[in-house]
Amino acid sequence: MIQEKLLSICPAAVFEENTQWPTMNIDSAEWRKLAEALKNENDLAFDYLFCVTCVDWKTHLTMVYHLSSTLHRHTIVVKAKIADRNNAIIDSVYNIWATAELNEREAYDLFGVHFTNHPDLRRLFLSEDWVGFPLRKDYEDPINMIKL
Amino acid sequence: MFQEVGTTEMGDLIINVGPQHPSTHGVLHLVITLNGETVKKVEPHLGYIHRSIEKMCESLTYRQFIYVTSRMDYLSSHINNHACALIVEKGLQIEVPQRAQYIRVLLDELTRIASHQLWWGAMAMDVGAITPFFHAFREREVINDIMEQTCGARLTMNFMVPGGCMYDIHPDFVKSVKDFMAFFRSKLSEYDEMVTNNPIFQARMKDVGVISKENAISYGCSGPVARAAGVVCDVRKLSPYDVYSQVNFEEALETEGDCFARYKVRMKEMNESMRIIDQLIDNIPEGDFQAKTKAVLKLPKGDYYTNVETARGDFGVYIVSEGATTPYRIKFHSPGFCNLSALDHMTRGSKIGDLVAIMGSLDLVIPDIDR
Repeated sequence: MIQEKLLSICPAAVFEENTQWPTMNIDSAEWRKLAEALKNENDLAFDYLFCVTCVDWKTHLTMVYHLSSTLHRHTIVVKAKIADRNNAIIDSVYNIWATAELNEREAYDLFGVHFTNHPDLRRLFLSEDWVGFPLRKDYEDPINMIKL
Repeated sequence: MFQEVGTTEMGDLIINVGPQHPSTHGVLHLVITLNGETVKKVEPHLGYIHRSIEKMCESLTYRQFIYVTSRMDYLSSHINNHACALIVEKGLQIEVPQRAQYIRVLLDELTRIASHQLWWGAMAMDVGAITPFFHAFREREVINDIMEQTCGARLTMNFMVPGGCMYDIHPDFVKSVKDFMAFFRSKLSEYDEMVTNNPIFQARMKDVGVISKENAISYGCSGPVARAAGVVCDVRKLSPYDVYSQVNFEEALETEGDCFARYKVRMKEMNESMRIIDQLIDNIPEGDFQAKTKAVLKLPKGDYYTNVETARGDFGVYIVSEGATTPYRIKFHSPGFCNLSALDHMTRGSKIGDLVAIMGSLDLVIPDIDR
């Protein structure tokens, strides 16, 4: 039911099977449009963004958003594929869910994803002059070893 | 990273609080823009205790990575371990023996009480009362002794493993917990007499740091911070794990959304935790304390998400597995991170003295935020 509704907003979305929650794969360009619908449509009303993260697949990056609705108590996972790893860009959703502002800064800091229209995109944990993005799979740092 | 202390063209004063400051309870650094005594903006600077735990976990096996999580929210270490054990059990469909489930929930609730005790003492100290801190630590010491007796550690417990618990409980566990319950029950009413009903304390807390229900949801707040604003969000109720579905307890809810509401929620939670312990402590079933598991654990390809209710809120673990012995990507969603992001919103327009009360009422643990 939700699935049909979401497909009407994002016809190109691909749903995964046998997952804990409905999981839809979209392209990063469609994220902003989908995000607005997820928050504002009355029968969706996903108002609680409880996990924002990024996964490095070596060929591309994927932003993963876990959303739930405090009204309808349903949950959805959106995976937005960012095809160009070297120039990773996706729209910011800080003005839809306020929690995204700090979480997107974290993703920028550790994965190097640029969020367009983000009000204050700076490093969060690491210092301003840090080189590289530690959570990417090809990151090597012989001085500060984090691999065990 | 430090901003020069000074005055802007607008006449605003910029000051740094932390990273070494007693009221930040850890290495949190805040850059505060002040107009006279009124706070215009609070900007957190993080990373002083960032250890890149998520990257570390990518090279640790599914048995090893649990131990790192005790070092995040060190006041809820049992509960963090619990979340990690649950996600591995979910991925491998391990049936956990009833005895282990009871022990885990009992330890979770003891941890929650201990964490709230520490918060209560620190909260009172933040607004200027020194004595409650020593009372809180006296009572917390008893729980620490129970933890030491059970698993050998007092702070960073590593007791819960995929499939159950690492060891069986100490023969004296039931007696120690019952003694503590009798002891603490008499003390909790003292807490109310000493702090809750104190008019000076209430004046410092009421109508300070107000957050509305809508904003609490939008900022992703969870735990007592969200519940004080009327958001129903207790994971133990919404998606019960282990034996939480079999015990009776109430979700502590308030609607005001100010510091005093957050205070009341935590005080109620201590009572509810004791209620849960009362229901379980006499009925720990006999049997195994750990399920039989394979020596090498491999989560099937796919992604997994599990969340639990720590003393600070909704703690989530997200694992992307490629079918290997180590996770491909692991993400810890920490409650403190989102609660901190609402700090600026709560503080704007209030006085600098209230900032300390607001931070105390958020109950932040910095290693949990920095990871």
